[in-house]
Amino acid sequence: MQSYDIVVIGGGPAGLAAAAEAKKAGVDSILILERDHELGGILNQCIHNGFGLHTFKEELTGPEYAQRFMDEVFKLNIEYKLNTMVMDITDTKVVTAMNKTDGMFQIQAKAVILAMGCRERPRGALNIPGYRPAGIFSAGTAQRLVNIEGYMPGREVVILGSGDIGLIMARRMTLEGAKVKVVAELMPYSGGLKRNIVQCLDDYGIPLKLSHTVVDIEGKERVEGITIAEVGPDMKPIPGTEEHYSCDTLLLSVGLLPENELSKTAGVELSGITSGPIVNDSLETSVEGIFACGNVLHVHDLVDFVSQEAANAGRNAAKYVKEGSKPATKEIKINAVDGVRYTVPVTVRPNEMDDTVTVRFRVGAVYKNSAVAMYFGDEQVLKRKKQIMAPGEMEEVVIKKEELAKHPDISDITIKIEQA
Amino acid sequence: MIYDCIIIGAGVSGSATARELSKYDLNVCVLEKGEDVCSGTSKANSAIVHAGFDAAEGSLMAKLNVEGNEMMGQLAEDLDIPFERNGSLVVCIHESEKGGLQDLYNRGVANGVKDLRIVEREELHQMEPNLAEAACAALYAPTGGIICPFMLNIAMAENANVNGVDFFFNTEAEDLHRDEDGIWHIRTNNGEYKTRTVVNAAGVYSDVFHNMVADKKIHITPRRGDYCLLDKEMGSFAKHTIFPQPTKMGKGILVSPTIHGNLIVGPTAVDIEDKEATATTADGINDLIEKAGMHVDNLPVRRKVITSFAGLRAHEDNHEFVIGELKEAPGFVDCAGIESPGLTSSPAIGEMVADIVAGILKPSKKANWDGKRKGILNPSGMSIEERNELIKKNPAYGQIICRCESISEGEILDAIHRPLGARSLDGVKRRTRAGMGRCQAGFCSPRVMEIINRELGIPVEKITKSGGKSVIAPELSKNRKGGEL
Repeated sequence: MQSYDIVVIGGGPAGLAAAAEAKKAGVDSILILERDHELGGILNQCIHNGFGLHTFKEELTGPEYAQRFMDEVFKLNIEYKLNTMVMDITDTKVVTAMNKTDGMFQIQAKAVILAMGCRERPRGALNIPGYRPAGIFSAGTAQRLVNIEGYMPGREVVILGSGDIGLIMARRMTLEGAKVKVVAELMPYSGGLKRNIVQCLDDYGIPLKLSHTVVDIEGKERVEGITIAEVGPDMKPIPGTEEHYSCDTLLLSVGLLPENELSKTAGVELSGITSGPIVNDSLETSVEGIFACGNVLHVHDLVDFVSQEAANAGRNAAKYVKEGSKPATKEIKINAVDGVRYTVPVTVRPNEMDDTVTVRFRVGAVYKNSAVAMYFGDEQVLKRKKQIMAPGEMEEVVIKKEELAKHPDISDITIKIEQA
Repeated sequence: MIYDCIIIGAGVSGSATARELSKYDLNVCVLEKGEDVCSGTSKANSAIVHAGFDAAEGSLMAKLNVEGNEMMGQLAEDLDIPFERNGSLVVCIHESEKGGLQDLYNRGVANGVKDLRIVEREELHQMEPNLAEAACAALYAPTGGIICPFMLNIAMAENANVNGVDFFFNTEAEDLHRDEDGIWHIRTNNGEYKTRTVVNAAGVYSDVFHNMVADKKIHITPRRGDYCLLDKEMGSFAKHTIFPQPTKMGKGILVSPTIHGNLIVGPTAVDIEDKEATATTADGINDLIEKAGMHVDNLPVRRKVITSFAGLRAHEDNHEFVIGELKEAPGFVDCAGIESPGLTSSPAIGEMVADIVAGILKPSKKANWDGKRKGILNPSGMSIEERNELIKKNPAYGQIICRCESISEGEILDAIHRPLGARSLDGVKRRTRAGMGRCQAGFCSPRVMEIINRELGIPVEKITKSGGKSVIAPELSKNRKGGEL
């Protein structure tokens, strides 16, 4: 069996940043396994700009952003295999993978970094009634067809869900000459970034109907029409509010799901809320030596944060390889309550942690003129006012090791939303 | 040319009949209005091999169900398709229903179902830990099984084709009549076909053809059933096929593992008139979730569903299979009203219909008939060494195309290039399961389109989901067109 110090599963933005950072931290034996025919992951089809404002202080397209990390991986001489599907990971970190030239092979890794990304929630998962014709696409599939393959999925479009890819595709389809008739969103708020609503819908006069859903799909062979209706507070359609749109295409942007089937084969414990692994401040999962970062851990809005998070995972994996297993002397749980849906990480190790740890989370509803508060035990250590917080925009707080050390007896940290 | 026999419909009954007739020295063809076999009722059902205790004692349905069930093991082996006798349980949740269970047991015994027995509460809950607390007894039929309806249908058709039966797709029979010489003329959208005998295996349309020539008319009601298919994560939720007590609308909403490891829940039963109305409804889905929840606990349908669909049962007013030659229309053989347990009965239906046709034509048997078929290789059960051997011989088996179901390019190429090969996304999906997993073809459809384009030379913008107007991506993007608006 071959062996590597670190095997990175996935060569998208998370995998690339993690591998580069691990190498810079002094681990030489690293292998990236990528299932697609090129590195870069989903960024390759994100040809719009707006990437990299935090990391590079300039606006890049997705492929440009990916290229910068690819160049670094090339410069660092990190090994990678393309068109390679990982089939299984064990809790002892044996990775089984397959491709056309190597066949099926196994690698013993000292550490594994999970960076498989996420997938889109399909129509089937929504129980939308109606026929099952051609012309129903998840937004990302449509994006791939248009931007990579060069085909138009249709001419007259209704979009369900206002996730970022849906918003981006509303603009993309419009620029390609299609008519986007409406974007319907089940929730009373959008799931996407504010800037995308402005730049992708408002600028093109595309209506966004909040608290609306699709109640019927017409057309047996190809989509011929879509009926949407308003939903009440119980999320059920309100009779009499139906509106019909004739169209040939329905795009779905109704949520992303971290793709953790492989994590499960390794016995990694997952969060019921994020569907991603439960990790500590080093982004190590419940299985020792297996780390996670990027959208497989929790779905991000901005790739800059994926890169930051992945670099942390890479550095910590390298540390694990070099220093070996060191059980934490103490672990403090982070409670997510009162509007905070979850946190990543879920625990911090006050003695082993870095000088600062960024805790990222999402809120469960729209909060106006509220504040993010953090408590060490019962003591409030942070209160930060925010004009608006929404589920579509990730929030963060920073825990300082120094400050935590001043509270040696606490057993938990709490992050919540409070009145300003 | 004049065929000896033309079968209308390449569903499971038509394909079973075609395979049986391929044993004889006869010119046989199948006319199918869809672009592939298994395009109607046969593609949307519970995928169950019923034991045979439901159908009325003495009915043709009962006879063919039990016979079909008995034949299925050998047939699955000959056709190289997966089949498992997981056993079925008809569960009662009220002490008062136990009498009904006994009636069902008696009927089953009279129908010739083997090894039936009634299991009491304690044993029952040991057999199925997720049953509702109220479940107090069940009829256990160990001969009940699960099968892939696509594979059964496709395999029988393929084997018939290899043994000389022609299949004409996108060919819809529109009208038929018998001339003075006793030859049948079938008018289709693709011209006229002539034949000595006709088998009417037209599913929900079988009454239409029957009524064109019969004195005594029949009426087929499309009885719609909605289903939900759950993620493979839920595949071990139930080991057996769990039925409620049957009613006059059918066998009720079952919860069952599928042969591929998913969990299926359904069907509802709603009588409609539109023979094409395979749309699911919100009411139907709500109904099935509620009813399925009566017999099992904590079934997370809404959280774990990966797709929902509706099928149409070809329900004949008397709830009986209508099989036989019409006296007033010599050479016209009905195979009508084939609803549940039609899939189970199909091997026996094929044999019975072929016997009738052979009785008319008196053909001789072929010396070189080969009833065995090699299925599409499924490498998932192979050892690493076996896989490497395979990939060395054919590297396409090393390239995964469908991530969710781990389907390789090799399997897709096989599906496209074998007899009656796939030409659409659904064709590939039903033969290989590529696109049938939890992402529902989000990732793999562009790649399968690329393979279909490369292998069959069909332009990408003409590739369909399932034939006809179901084109996936009808135009080139502006960029590909050269930038013009």
